[in-house]
Amino acid sequence: MDAKDILGLPKNSLPQEKKPRPQKDSQRKPDGISREVYALTGGLAPLMPAIDASQLKKRPPTDEKITWQWLPFTSSARKDNLQLYHWTRVVNSVPPTGDYSFAKYNKSVDVVKYTDEEYEKYLTDPMWTKEETDQLFDLCQRFDLRFIVIADRFPSSRTVEELKDRYYSVSRAMLIARAPSPGDVSGHPLVKEPYNVSQEIERKRALCMVLSQTKHQERKDAEVLAEAKRIAESRMVTRVAEESELPVPSNAAPESAERTSVPGDTVSPSSNVQLPSAAVAPSTATADNASTLASLRMLRVYLRTYALEQMVQAASSSAGLRTIKRVEQTLQELGVNLKPRVPTKLVCAEHLELRKEILTLLNLQKQLQYKEAEGSSFRDGSYADTPGTPKDRTFVPDMSFGGERVGKRDQKRKAPGRLSEAPSSPAQSKRPRKFKASDL
Amino acid sequence: MSLPISARKQGENQPDDAASAAKPPRIKIGKSAEDSDKKGANRRVKDVEICVPIVYGTTAFYLGRKASESQSHKWTVYVRGATNEDLGVVIKRVIFQLHPSFNNPTRVVESPPFELSECGWGEFEIAISLFFHSDVCDKHLDLYHHLKLYPEDESGPQTTKKPVVVESYNEIVYPDPSENFLARVQNHPAVIVPRLPAGFNLPDPAVSIETNYEKEKGDTKDHPFSQWFMNFSEADELLKLAAARQQVQAHIVKLRRQLSVMDGLPQLSKPPAGYEFS
Repeated sequence: MDAKDILGLPKNSLPQEKKPRPQKDSQRKPDGISREVYALTGGLAPLMPAIDASQLKKRPPTDEKITWQWLPFTSSARKDNLQLYHWTRVVNSVPPTGDYSFAKYNKSVDVVKYTDEEYEKYLTDPMWTKEETDQLFDLCQRFDLRFIVIADRFPSSRTVEELKDRYYSVSRAMLIARAPSPGDVSGHPLVKEPYNVSQEIERKRALCMVLSQTKHQERKDAEVLAEAKRIAESRMVTRVAEESELPVPSNAAPESAERTSVPGDTVSPSSNVQLPSAAVAPSTATADNASTLASLRMLRVYLRTYALEQMVQAASSSAGLRTIKRVEQTLQELGVNLKPRVPTKLVCAEHLELRKEILTLLNLQKQLQYKEAEGSSFRDGSYADTPGTPKDRTFVPDMSFGGERVGKRDQKRKAPGRLSEAPSSPAQSKRPRKFKASDL
Repeated sequence: MSLPISARKQGENQPDDAASAAKPPRIKIGKSAEDSDKKGANRRVKDVEICVPIVYGTTAFYLGRKASESQSHKWTVYVRGATNEDLGVVIKRVIFQLHPSFNNPTRVVESPPFELSECGWGEFEIAISLFFHSDVCDKHLDLYHHLKLYPEDESGPQTTKKPVVVESYNEIVYPDPSENFLARVQNHPAVIVPRLPAGFNLPDPAVSIETNYEKEKGDTKDHPFSQWFMNFSEADELLKLAAARQQVQAHIVKLRRQLSVMDGLPQLSKPPAGYEFS
């Protein structure tokens, strides 16, 4: 410390000093770009610099005289010798030579061409006339296999999948027919993986469903996926630990199967459907608990408090942050420590059970409030209700809470004819609330 | 068995002739310690949870007249058995990681009682790492404790007589102990072992593997600080928890009743349809 300063000794040993230096190097900006511009990229150089920075500041050599002239040009991509004009950069009175610079991008697809005999021999199909097939191939050639466009222009109405199917099966048949031996082409993608119409239709329909999902649906799906993952993990853990907790993963399966009964949602994890269903009533809480227990057993040693934390987390995994806060508040009101002072096995077990019971209690209260709100919204008088006495501070949940909060809750539904809401709600929100409807 | 001896020499390890028929059992006994070290150590006992209750914390004395600016308090950090029994049966060593301003902030205590005393002026977090004997567990456990020097109520001058004591209770749990470990600690007062299922046979405990520490008193029953050790009784907590659970359960019952009553009630004066479901 100070003594080292006085003596002039290095404060830290060498290895520590070396660390800052390499870090500094990478923070220097590359040359050629101003600092501000570089900072726009996020301060990190891109992996592959798009532009060589040194090129940016280069100026053309002064011995060259540059003019711009309006000159004609032709493109090898065009078949008709059309001559167009554009501005050209002329250096020292020498116009540039070479093809039109964009001509190289004019690529087209090799669409197979069949003769009539070949058609008769290999390509006849009950669903397609020769005429239609010829038309299809002509369009394919013209539009470079852009099937959406082709489907649009196709004289008779065929779906994209049908057209694709016809095109690919014809190409495949031609490939096989023309090949000297089947083995030669067996590696060709057309032969190896033939086009599967029904699968394609299904896939597109599923994509459509996903795209048109509402946010609500998205969230639900995410939940289900997360749960499936958890179940898979717990199954793996239990398998590894060779525990015989049979009912657990299958417990969760029916629950998740219920949630995936969204009409025609095939995108949802099919693994859920594959899980065996059990007769026992499911509950995600037991799945969480058991998987936590299993993962605890995997540890060779752990602290009782750690185990309790994990179990508490597992038990409240389905609850939101506000609910968890309310549980803790309730515990405090009951005079119970949030973390037991003497965490023995028995104490921790009791603590966990207490937390679960409080969760149940809070859920029941929510339910009660919902019912109250539904029930009393049919009664006219409740709208004019202004909050009367201050909230009851004792632990007893007061039924009158439900009536007061009706106004605020129904506001969310945007039903007409409730002019008295606006003034009353701010007054409500100023009071300290214990059981908020908005928490629901 | 009339195989020539030369042939049998290759199979010396296979005592399958009459002469060495007696050997197999003897070999077993001779190797029993080694065997149980390997096999017993590897064979784990499921569904038997070994629990070691511990208390860890600090005791700090104000030095009074002898205090200087940089050394105003003398404090001790320690890990002890909750019932003051010897933890050396389970813990091999404890490493206390002090504030970097201390000389050699990594302090290793190799034998019980696992404690460390120092002088200083500042409060900081001490990291306590528990390392166990090899037949107990390979992994170590980390605990954290905030050193408290100054008493809660700041009224009046500090006394040198009464220390500031902060302790925490916790339990070390071994969910699937090795047979060896179980056999060794089965009857030790510092360790809680549940009753084993009937007919459960444990190998005889091999002589302690690394007990090179002298059999000095490792327990803290007569520790100079024992008069200040805090009392951790689960009875109080259990009582409170039981009372709380009862209260909550009563409320749940009440709410359930209310809900079922509500479900039974017919709706009053329904306005024309479309009002609610706009």
